[in-house]
Amino acid sequence: MTEVFGVPLPALLGQLLLGLVNGSFYAMLSLGLAVIFGMLNIINFAHGALYMMGAFFAWMGMEYLGLNYWAMLVLSPLAVGLIGVLIERLLLQWLYRLDHLYGLLLTFGLTLAAEGVFRSFYGVGGQQFAVPEALQGATNLGFMILPNYRAWVVLASITVCMAVWLVVEKTPLGALLRAGTENPALVQAFGVNVPRLVTLSYAGGVALAAFAGVLAAPILQVSPLMGSNLIIVVFAVVVIGGMGSILGSILTGLALGVVEGLTKVFYPEASNTVVFVIMALVLMVRPAGLFGKEK
Amino acid sequence: MKFKLSNLALAGLFASVGAQAQISGDVVKIGFLTDMASVYADLDGAGGAEAIKMAIADHKGMVAGKKIEFVFADHQNKADVAASKAREWFDTQGVDLLVGGTNSGAALAMAKVAAEKKKPFISIGAGSARLTNEDCTPYTIHYAYDTVALANGTGSAVTKGGGKTWYFLTADYAFGTSLQADATTVITKSGGKVLGSVKHPLNASDFSSFLLQAQGSGAQILGLANAGGDTVNAIKAANEFGITKSMKMAGLLMFINDIHSLGLKTTQGMYMTDSWYWNESPEARAWARRFFEKVKRMPSSVQAADYSAVSHYLDAIDKTKTDDGDKIMAAMKAMPVNDFYAQGTVRAQDGRFVHDMFLLQVKTPAESTEPWDYFKVVQKIPGEEAYTKLSESKCPLVKK
Repeated sequence: MTEVFGVPLPALLGQLLLGLVNGSFYAMLSLGLAVIFGMLNIINFAHGALYMMGAFFAWMGMEYLGLNYWAMLVLSPLAVGLIGVLIERLLLQWLYRLDHLYGLLLTFGLTLAAEGVFRSFYGVGGQQFAVPEALQGATNLGFMILPNYRAWVVLASITVCMAVWLVVEKTPLGALLRAGTENPALVQAFGVNVPRLVTLSYAGGVALAAFAGVLAAPILQVSPLMGSNLIIVVFAVVVIGGMGSILGSILTGLALGVVEGLTKVFYPEASNTVVFVIMALVLMVRPAGLFGKEK
Repeated sequence: MKFKLSNLALAGLFASVGAQAQISGDVVKIGFLTDMASVYADLDGAGGAEAIKMAIADHKGMVAGKKIEFVFADHQNKADVAASKAREWFDTQGVDLLVGGTNSGAALAMAKVAAEKKKPFISIGAGSARLTNEDCTPYTIHYAYDTVALANGTGSAVTKGGGKTWYFLTADYAFGTSLQADATTVITKSGGKVLGSVKHPLNASDFSSFLLQAQGSGAQILGLANAGGDTVNAIKAANEFGITKSMKMAGLLMFINDIHSLGLKTTQGMYMTDSWYWNESPEARAWARRFFEKVKRMPSSVQAADYSAVSHYLDAIDKTKTDDGDKIMAAMKAMPVNDFYAQGTVRAQDGRFVHDMFLLQVKTPAESTEPWDYFKVVQKIPGEEAYTKLSESKCPLVKK
């Protein structure tokens, strides 16, 4: 059997694929952060909490309203997007002219509040969330058994990421968004409602987090703390990719998932730290991140 | 004669002062420090506080003619918070008994403070066997379970039942490695073999890579030497990847709450060891129903132990009419415990409450007849077999 550094090739391929699965979560979450940072200049620390709410709303819809997974995959991001609109209109819009730190502190506070509320209602033990019927089972790829649901996660997240990238980079709406970021006053002078664009960006960014949350629900423990475990890594991904870079955050997310997966094979103990080591190295060489532009 | 009278009066005075001073501050105050809001809160937390309140209420709120007071606080799983709160309670609030909830780090810190203040400390939710081994004190009682007993229970019973080859999924910190080491000793002793292990970081969230490595080992049993969310996520992924078809899983530190959050479909057939199960006896069921009325969840073994331990303490005060640390420790060690939770005695030398443990197997969804009906009791493990033997103890108080 072919071996790479003492690991059989099929096993290695399996691990690469699993890395890609995790990477697609990173990609989706860091994409949302990048959109929000790019358009609002806000470091959205509440991203993890909104991801958690996405998973919880999906669970609630299925538990209390009897809706199915597919309905919740749409409804839950919509609901979280709506919450995003409220957050942006009521709180964030007052902070744009201030230092980044204020936005970070505010969203961090929101995270604590949201986690606290869910914890007091549901405890921390986690809720049961089954894999949807249609995606149960696994496919034998020859080198590994891949659960169908994981394949779906990769497919769904890459599709969504690409769609967002296309919208921002290739459509008139995206052009307005980007222009609004560069020079809001000028765009406003052309008769464009810039504040509304900003609200929509925030809602869109957090809806992405919720979408990731629903995708993660059948795989991970649906608990109020699920977001805080993930968000730090996602921030590292954004920093490595370059704050505000859309394509950068997608690619970095996927790549770091793979790197992390490989670390789990060769030196599992370091798998939680490898992302941060890479972050430190990247910051030393390219302070603006791999895909970021120096301002 | 005069001389004698005054002597007598003096003696009487002492006696009466003595009688009054037996309950310090004229109130018996119980302090409970546990994780109220984080990873272990479902296992103990507010439910644990409720169990202690039930114990006090069942004692009619009075002991030896004095009122019982109860305070509780969140130690946030931080040893320093636990230690400073315990100190504050002993020094300024007149707490007479400290009950320690989940988290071994916090429990070890509390044990030190209690020993310094010469006040009884009953550790319940924490698992570290160090509490009555290397770090034992004359004022610590370790009540519900410890990692040695869990490893002994699950490790030996599963190996003897035919699970000869093991692979460990181990949390990469002191607790995980010691759990794996304890289990490995037992497995080897019972004729089994450990083929390998993979260490994962705490809160690893995705376990698929580690599980694939475990599957590659070809072992029959996948031993989970981790806890809480890590265990839950590992089991979820093991099901998803079909690992449960080729390997049986054995949780080394699991509680009924973990099964509840995973569901029977995902956990059926798993083995675990616990100190108590609400459906194991009519007495246990009766108490569990009362608890359910208040908390709307079935009690965990830790919550049942909270009730039992505090009741034992109050019984000891009733008997000795004092809350003096040394006297009450002696009384609690001398009086056997015999209630719905457990039967046995607190070992005088090291403070380990030695009682039977249960090897449990998770039922299939079809076997479960009511909510929270999750386990079959596979066997009762005698306390003497489950816990560290005095001859093997590293507790400096144990004279050999």
